[in-house]
Amino acid sequence: MSGGAASGDGRKDTPEQAEFRDYCQDWLSNNLPSPPTVRLPQSPLEIMTTDQLEYLCAWQKSAYDAGLVGCDYPEAHGGAGRKDCQRIANQEMQSVASPYLPNVIGLGMAAPTIYFHAQEPLKERVLPKLLSGEEIWCQGFSEPGAGSDLASVQTFAKKDGDNWIINGHKVWTSLAHFATWMIILVRTDKSDKYKGLSYFVVPIKEALGKGVTVRPLIKITGETGFNEVIFEDLVIPDAWRLGEVGEGWQVAMTTLTHERGAGPLVTPASGGKDKSSSRRSGSYGLIDLAKECNKGGRPASEDPIVRDKVMQTIIRQEGLRQAVRMSRVPSLVDHPMRIPLQGKLVGTEIMQDVAALAMEIEGAASSLYLADENAPHEGQWPLAYMNSFGMTIAAGTSEVQRNILGERVLGLPKSK
Amino acid sequence: MTQPKNFGFGDDEKMLRESARKFFTDNSSPDQVHKLVAGDPDPHRDLAANWDSSLWQQMVELGWTSIAVPERAGGMGMPAVAAIALVEESGRAAYVGPLLSTLCATYVLDACNSANADVSLGQVIEGRSYALAIGNQEGVIGDAPTAFLRDGKLNGEALYVQDPQKCDSIIVSALDANDKPVLVTVEKSSQGVTLLSDAIVDLTRDQGRILFADVSIADAQLLCESAGPVLKKVEPIIATLLAADMVGAAEWQLQTTNEYAKTREQFGRPIGFFQAVKHPLVDMMVMIDQARGLTYNAACAWDHEPESMDKFSYMAKASAAEMAIFCSNRSIQLHGGIGFTWECYLHLYFKRQMHSQMLFGDATYYRAKLAGCLFGDQAA
Repeated sequence: MSGGAASGDGRKDTPEQAEFRDYCQDWLSNNLPSPPTVRLPQSPLEIMTTDQLEYLCAWQKSAYDAGLVGCDYPEAHGGAGRKDCQRIANQEMQSVASPYLPNVIGLGMAAPTIYFHAQEPLKERVLPKLLSGEEIWCQGFSEPGAGSDLASVQTFAKKDGDNWIINGHKVWTSLAHFATWMIILVRTDKSDKYKGLSYFVVPIKEALGKGVTVRPLIKITGETGFNEVIFEDLVIPDAWRLGEVGEGWQVAMTTLTHERGAGPLVTPASGGKDKSSSRRSGSYGLIDLAKECNKGGRPASEDPIVRDKVMQTIIRQEGLRQAVRMSRVPSLVDHPMRIPLQGKLVGTEIMQDVAALAMEIEGAASSLYLADENAPHEGQWPLAYMNSFGMTIAAGTSEVQRNILGERVLGLPKSK
Repeated sequence: MTQPKNFGFGDDEKMLRESARKFFTDNSSPDQVHKLVAGDPDPHRDLAANWDSSLWQQMVELGWTSIAVPERAGGMGMPAVAAIALVEESGRAAYVGPLLSTLCATYVLDACNSANADVSLGQVIEGRSYALAIGNQEGVIGDAPTAFLRDGKLNGEALYVQDPQKCDSIIVSALDANDKPVLVTVEKSSQGVTLLSDAIVDLTRDQGRILFADVSIADAQLLCESAGPVLKKVEPIIATLLAADMVGAAEWQLQTTNEYAKTREQFGRPIGFFQAVKHPLVDMMVMIDQARGLTYNAACAWDHEPESMDKFSYMAKASAAEMAIFCSNRSIQLHGGIGFTWECYLHLYFKRQMHSQMLFGDATYYRAKLAGCLFGDQAA
């Protein structure tokens, strides 16, 4: 398809967008990287080896240099200075199933927060290499004692002249083992829960062994994937603060709003799957699985209960897809955030149920794990089921998501 | 064929929806519906259906009976999403009248594609209301009708006919002398037609068994000589229209229960503060939006992607049926004791939903049909 008139979500392209779309299509048709020689994990948050990282960072750099990443950021901050074009680049990158971008925390959470809250010199210092992927970012929000109740963080920053001295303990820190920078929410005043918070960027890589320790945490799957980060008298300059002292909570809301895909800046996103592969890997994939596996001496696909359960998950997945489609038709929706805020909750719960049902269809063979040569599909379904809890817990648990929907969309009284 | 991104829901459809919302708010409020149909709680009450025929006349004058009639028969020929939006609003108002059954009949008459059926379509525009007698003994649309047409005489019976008291005419599926199903139209007032009303739970509908005893059928009453393909074609759109009614009714259940959770106080707080109340309300909303998206998707497929109409309509009805059961259940439970009484309007919707979810086949029935499509091992 060329000519660029058809936007992937029904919105009509402006002339600038149409021209840019043509450019993206042209560039992508010549510049996609050759397939990796190493096996890539399912998500950039699971990048474990430098081989994986180097392959993906090379891709991000090349897409950035071509102007497909950071399109909407100002040129002074390393962006392309375009207007509402990241969406176009994303659609085109996803339609050709390009590799995903490794610096996800940076692009999706740190960059918009820095853009809206940092002083100009800091923006110019960190945003270009964030967008290019030359510097990886991680996020220091959660702590052992602060999960769903994020505002109860205890990691403390103490003012010391023009510097701050940080002590504390952050957990579930994906990509910290590769990160140059961390966005961090800390306490600067113990007397007020919300107004006692402040927000900084911290150069963790250069401080490794000098006030910062990064240790891997082992997931229930047996794999590593994220980390804990310990701060012991780390000194940082005041210039790396975002927002005023005591306004960390408001700054964190910018981060979280963009994390939920509901912020004003569109996150650069690649790593799409083509239509056929996403059909096979989602709930539709259970159809093939049921044909492969036996129940009671017959293919599981002939078992009426298996059939019914598979249809239930397919209907929910298709229902979510159609609800999202409906959310883009203004005359069919009364509240603009009603469906967008459901995406994380519903999408992750469906994936979890798909994995559980896949194990049920596999039966006894679902007990076989990654290292067993007889494991069906290399043991991916027990692995996926366990990993699915990462998705229903991270970035606001399903329970927190239901609170958000109940409070912001239905207008029910707040839990806190 | 591919669907337009916006389901083909344009300005005309939007205006229709808005005027329907206003019409039902003014003329079919829960208070009005309750006064109309819930005067006598006695399960052994008289079975005469109470409804407001003047409201139906107003709908006819607004042109709502012509929106689904094709232009060749003098109608507006609007897309199915328009009919869906109208039915969604009537479900939201728990409207009592022959709108849904007449709209369903409109699609049947259109699918007949015969001169006689087109004459009937002209009468639909004028306000003639129709009931459908096209189900089998299990109440689903099938190839085993329970009426028989021999030598110009209709005999037998039809089961689970919806809103027969409110309709002027009945479309009957009957087996002819060669055991092939045909479709005929019969005046309810004809000699030999007897309506035996069922005592049903739903107060917003009536239902009945219709007996045919040597009812004379003239050539002009024959709508279609080969009813099998017609019934196969219309089952998906009928299922989709029912899904739209459930989606509208569920949105009322959600909004009403949500409002109650914000005002009813226990333990010194509105009960909606508590997550045991808040989270099920969110779950209702999530299920409604999925069912609604699937319903508009199916309606859009009717006009733009007919090759996918079967599977999309099965998804819509199955999703809406599960959703209707859940929302009905939670709406009563979250209201507590008051929700369990006759004086609270919730029971009107609870009963309508429990009726709609099983009508012409419940969620399990449609999931089995969907499995046939997607596993590729059964004729859809």
